Amino acid sequence: MASSFTRLISGRNTAALLASLGAGTMATGFLMSETGPLAADKKTKLYPPSSDFPDLRKHNNCMAAALTPAIYAKLRDKVTPNNWTLDQSIQTGVDNPGHPFIKTVGCVAGDEESYEVFAELFDPVIKDRHNGYDPRTMKHPTDLDSSKITNAVFDENYVLSSRVRTGRSIRGLSLPPACSRAERREVERVVVTALAGLKGDLAGRYYGLGDMTEKEQQQLIDDHFLFDKPVSPLLTCAFMARDWPDARGIWHNNEKTFLIWVNEEDHTRVISMEKGGNMKRVFERFCRGLKQVEHLIQERGWEFMWNEHLGYILTCPSNLGTGLRAGVHVRLPKLSQDPRFSKILDNLRLQKRGTGGVDTAATGDTFDISNNDRLGKSEVELVQLLVDGVNHLIECEKKLEKGQDIKVPAPITQFRK
Amino acid sequence: MLNSPQIRQQGSTMPFGNTHNQMKMKYTSEQEYPDLSKHNNHMAKILTPAMYERLRSKQTPSGFTLDDVIQTGVDNPGHPFIMTVGCVAGDEETYEVFKELLDPVIEDRHGGYKPSDKHKTDLNPSNLKGGDDLDSNYVLSSRVRTGRSVRGFCLPPHCSRGERRAVEKLSIEALASLSGDLKGKYYALKNMTEAEQQQLIDDHFLFDKPVSPLLLASGMGRDWPDARGIWHNDNKTFLVWVNEEDHLRVISMQKGGNMKEVFDRFCTGLTKIETLFKERSHAFMWNEHLGYVLTCPSNLGTGLRAGVHVKLPNMSKHAKFEEVLKKLRLQKRGTGGVDTAAVGGVFDISNADRLGFSEVELVQMVVDGVKLLVEMEKKLEKGQSIDDIMPAQK
Repeated sequence: MASSFTRLISGRNTAALLASLGAGTMATGFLMSETGPLAADKKTKLYPPSSDFPDLRKHNNCMAAALTPAIYAKLRDKVTPNNWTLDQSIQTGVDNPGHPFIKTVGCVAGDEESYEVFAELFDPVIKDRHNGYDPRTMKHPTDLDSSKITNAVFDENYVLSSRVRTGRSIRGLSLPPACSRAERREVERVVVTALAGLKGDLAGRYYGLGDMTEKEQQQLIDDHFLFDKPVSPLLTCAFMARDWPDARGIWHNNEKTFLIWVNEEDHTRVISMEKGGNMKRVFERFCRGLKQVEHLIQERGWEFMWNEHLGYILTCPSNLGTGLRAGVHVRLPKLSQDPRFSKILDNLRLQKRGTGGVDTAATGDTFDISNNDRLGKSEVELVQLLVDGVNHLIECEKKLEKGQDIKVPAPITQFRK
Repeated sequence: MLNSPQIRQQGSTMPFGNTHNQMKMKYTSEQEYPDLSKHNNHMAKILTPAMYERLRSKQTPSGFTLDDVIQTGVDNPGHPFIMTVGCVAGDEETYEVFKELLDPVIEDRHGGYKPSDKHKTDLNPSNLKGGDDLDSNYVLSSRVRTGRSVRGFCLPPHCSRGERRAVEKLSIEALASLSGDLKGKYYALKNMTEAEQQQLIDDHFLFDKPVSPLLLASGMGRDWPDARGIWHNDNKTFLVWVNEEDHLRVISMQKGGNMKEVFDRFCTGLTKIETLFKERSHAFMWNEHLGYVLTCPSNLGTGLRAGVHVKLPNMSKHAKFEEVLKKLRLQKRGTGGVDTAAVGGVFDISNADRLGFSEVELVQMVVDGVKLLVEMEKKLEKGQSIDDIMPAQK
């Protein structure tokens, strides 16, 4: 029996030796006095990384696929400059084993430095999620010149609305999983101050979640602008809902075509949208608005988190690079019934969602169609990809209407061979 | 603005609790102070900006901080049926390091219990008078539960996976040594078979991942179902939950109204378990001021809830029902537990107190109180008044 064995051996040194050999749990009964508190620094010896390694046998997410006992042992006791740890990064992936059909990411960053300090985990996760993109060797292009986009005004018999979203993080402040209340309030202050400087068609107003009136709340719901406290365990297990609704809010311009969420899943989520098919104008406003906001925060000595390997830094590794999802609500009654629909989308690097967003199914024949990719291609490239893809889908739909046949397009090249 | 990405070796930083605390000190306490303007829990009533300022730089030896203590109370402004506590302990030392906050919370929650008061522990079942004759036509089942924490390990809001597994391992070893009518088996949540799971559900033994935001916000749901499990004896009358809201929850229960037998088994089983842990060099967290130390301040002292499921369709509709319960120091719940409402006139009636009374005293209150309630129910059935048997305030 382990306990009698440890009783035979006397002395702290032996117990510490046993612990370092991985017999951590045996040693605990021996080293712990009945009255002594267990200091944080003693724990590293008493609990070797092997005793803390999560049970990931039933898990199916990018973190579980990448994390090995060796990587865990190396990184467990490290901290970022904001004192964020590996265990905190992976908690959401430990708590949410995943779904057999959907592979979630399973880890989040607490700050900009997480991606560097825990690179041994994040790099393979990024590779897995972003089609083989290697942050060590590859560079991510940023391009917000909307004038380069062509053919981006869609047939409004098919396209009901157009939207582009991304996120931005304020450099120097911890991200939503890790931030303290003061940091979160600082993010709110920095962003809201900057947004107050927007003019013309971008002039607008901020609504703090905690102090909006009933009437304002109802209006925001009717406009489909309001976001609520996260219920998804993917987010709540990543500590993002703490202190809700403190320092959370929604800003939008008077025309209701440019919208910013503050302190939801990222410091900011920036959305440009309008009814109809004028994606060119949506993206033009998106780029202009983003650049103006960036300029306004720079005037006060702040900047966005960005580097040449990962592009824009966001909380979830899935949103690195551009963080951009450009999409339309489009009617495709015939094409969506065609058995080749999924393959066509795949090859065009597009994804479909229900019109309620990522966790919904499509109702009727209207789909949310958007770009799959985020990292390794620029904003202009991804929006053009979406534009070309949607135009192609509409062409297919028209052909099917006329009783003509359609062809599955060749797949667009990726990094992975 | 960019914090340089230094890689610093640090003493073990447990998930959720924080060397992060030092970083927060660069903000003023006013900048960090939570917005409690819409809150109604014990923590929100007691905490002030000045107190926050004094306590925010502290942490327990294992790294549990004030913000960790209060997170659940910040995230949960209130509850429809009960006044929640709004703070938790991450380890035994929390109650000492943050006594400036927790002493008044304890005083508020436990009927004026002072920091200088001493708590009496009495687990001698022969001190209970009666309790073997509650009318089974009314009393459907009897149950006593408490919790125990194993000294030297962090509590569920703060523990690492390694610590939680160590608590589980110790518990399995200790419980495996029980014999006679206490002999039983352990079912780890993460590898029970479908058949085992269904049986435990049918027996009303299975606990599931907490869904209550009160618990989740404190960090107790982390790593579920790792190192969680249920042990019960072959007779299904003695049950131990491992690593749910506390290290251990110990439950004695049976159908019918023989509370004496339930309490007898409860005390015998608990005492045996404590001995088995001590043989393995582990004590339960206990001190003469707070009694048994548990995660939630509401469960300090005895951690004991003795209760019955009892049919009181007439009594529960009587105008004086609440007043009677208050005088008897009892509380009512639905038969689904703390967050439910009563169904079909059947109530869960249990002691309201935990601290400042011994185990025997609390069970005595339940036994005497339920006897009186059943008497009242019978009178109301016959159309008689209950005014002459109204109790005095206990």
